[in-house]
Amino acid sequence: MYVAVKGGEKAIRNAHKLTAKRRRGDTSVPALTLEQIAGQLAHSIARVMGEGSLYDETLAALAIKQARGDLIEAAFLMRAYRTTLPRFGYSQPVDTAKMLVERRISATYKDLPGGQVLGPTFDYSHRLLDFTLAAEEEGDPEFAVETAPAEETSMPRVTDLLGDEGLMEADPAGDEDAQVGDLTRDPLSFPADRDIRLQNLARGDEGFLLALAYSTQRGYGRTHPFAGEIRYGEVDIEFFAEELGFAVTLGSIKVTECQMVNQFKGSAKTAPTFTRGYGLVFGQVERKAMSMAMVDRSLRWEELGEEQAAPAQDTEFVLSHSDNIQATGFVEHLKLPHYVDFQAELGLVRQMRAEWFEKRERAEEASQEAAE
Amino acid sequence: MIQSKHPSDQTPDDITASRQALMATLAAASPEAVAEKFETLSPPEFDMVRQPETGLVMVRGRMGGTGSPFNLGEVTVTRCVVRLETGETGSAYSLGRNKKKAVQSAVIDALWQRPADRERIETEIISTLAASKASDTETVRQETEATKVNFFTMVRGDD
Repeated sequence: MYVAVKGGEKAIRNAHKLTAKRRRGDTSVPALTLEQIAGQLAHSIARVMGEGSLYDETLAALAIKQARGDLIEAAFLMRAYRTTLPRFGYSQPVDTAKMLVERRISATYKDLPGGQVLGPTFDYSHRLLDFTLAAEEEGDPEFAVETAPAEETSMPRVTDLLGDEGLMEADPAGDEDAQVGDLTRDPLSFPADRDIRLQNLARGDEGFLLALAYSTQRGYGRTHPFAGEIRYGEVDIEFFAEELGFAVTLGSIKVTECQMVNQFKGSAKTAPTFTRGYGLVFGQVERKAMSMAMVDRSLRWEELGEEQAAPAQDTEFVLSHSDNIQATGFVEHLKLPHYVDFQAELGLVRQMRAEWFEKRERAEEASQEAAE
Repeated sequence: MIQSKHPSDQTPDDITASRQALMATLAAASPEAVAEKFETLSPPEFDMVRQPETGLVMVRGRMGGTGSPFNLGEVTVTRCVVRLETGETGSAYSLGRNKKKAVQSAVIDALWQRPADRERIETEIISTLAASKASDTETVRQETEATKVNFFTMVRGDD
């Protein structure tokens, strides 16, 4: 338990000043601008927006700058900032089929309507440091990017294609008027339905979800996943404005969507079909979208009549430990003064040791007497 | 974006659809682009009905893409409502935290509702902003298209 302490104001003030100086670094080197961070560290921005659960690139850039590149600290700043703003309401669900696709791949279908586009990706690249980036002169190099005439073809989701044949489990047709759980309104409680689970995973720690997803591949609750489709691009956000009486488009955000296709399920009543896990995250964060989809699928064990045997299937374990803001708060609070607590423990250990020595002494005396 | 029908032939639904398109175009434009267009108008007198305000909208997705909704995460949104001297009320909603853009967009929306100004707003502001967005979209599509891939499946032992 943490007991309040007094004092230390001057040291704390000075430590903050020192942090500010260290954060800025060598002043003979130009300071980072928010435009540079937002424009050139897109994956950091995406991670901070996702785990901070707030999409705003400029704010994420500011958070990263202030946090000296500590992305969990930056996500924490985003979460803290959002509490200062009023909530206008909920958007209409985004339609990822209407995405302005910048990348779309499928590991299950070679030829799918709309085709596969690699877009910006580290896939198929050699992981060799590119020293030309280190040697880059000031000023913009010209990037001659190839273009090709784009046809007006739609890109249906892979899972919709297979769904037509009945081979793919259909999405649960929900009651549109049903209450959608919201972790920013009600704290996590169990049992947690899939809406709550997906929100929790969408803002969960990338590393934690990656490790859980990896564990399912290594045999801890196998789900036999295939990356049915991963798509990344821009989707419009629509919001019904009550006072206007119609929906307005607020603009667009970038998201990554992952459809994991998993092994069959069937019963006496239903024919075997592929089952699915779903991932949707802010920005281009494929590793997390894939992990989210795999963990989502694992957490569906009960609904799909599977046995629970692995950590990734344990809803309470997964959802209670996925949030890195909560986790960091609890782990890092150990740094704060625990003097009173520790004093009590110290007294206890002293007493236990005194008793232990006393007991040993008595035992020694007894054995000596017996020997005599 | 430009209305093909004469204004007097428009149904209320047409007008709502055009206004939605106008608001979407302004929302999608950068604050700089909106400011540049706004300055070409001779800005009218207006009252603030609702001061520009930044808040949050919780974005929803659907399970599996088409299933029940779930909450994905929030976005920052800035909104504003103005009223012109002549009585028209204009609104703006846009992602981000730019209050100046919200006010300017709301004034443009209000002016568009004046029959005398509608065509000018459409042609001088909305259609050029929309064209600029369409051009950016086309660039993304063409750059993306150049990365279209065709994988060939090899038979094992055949290389």
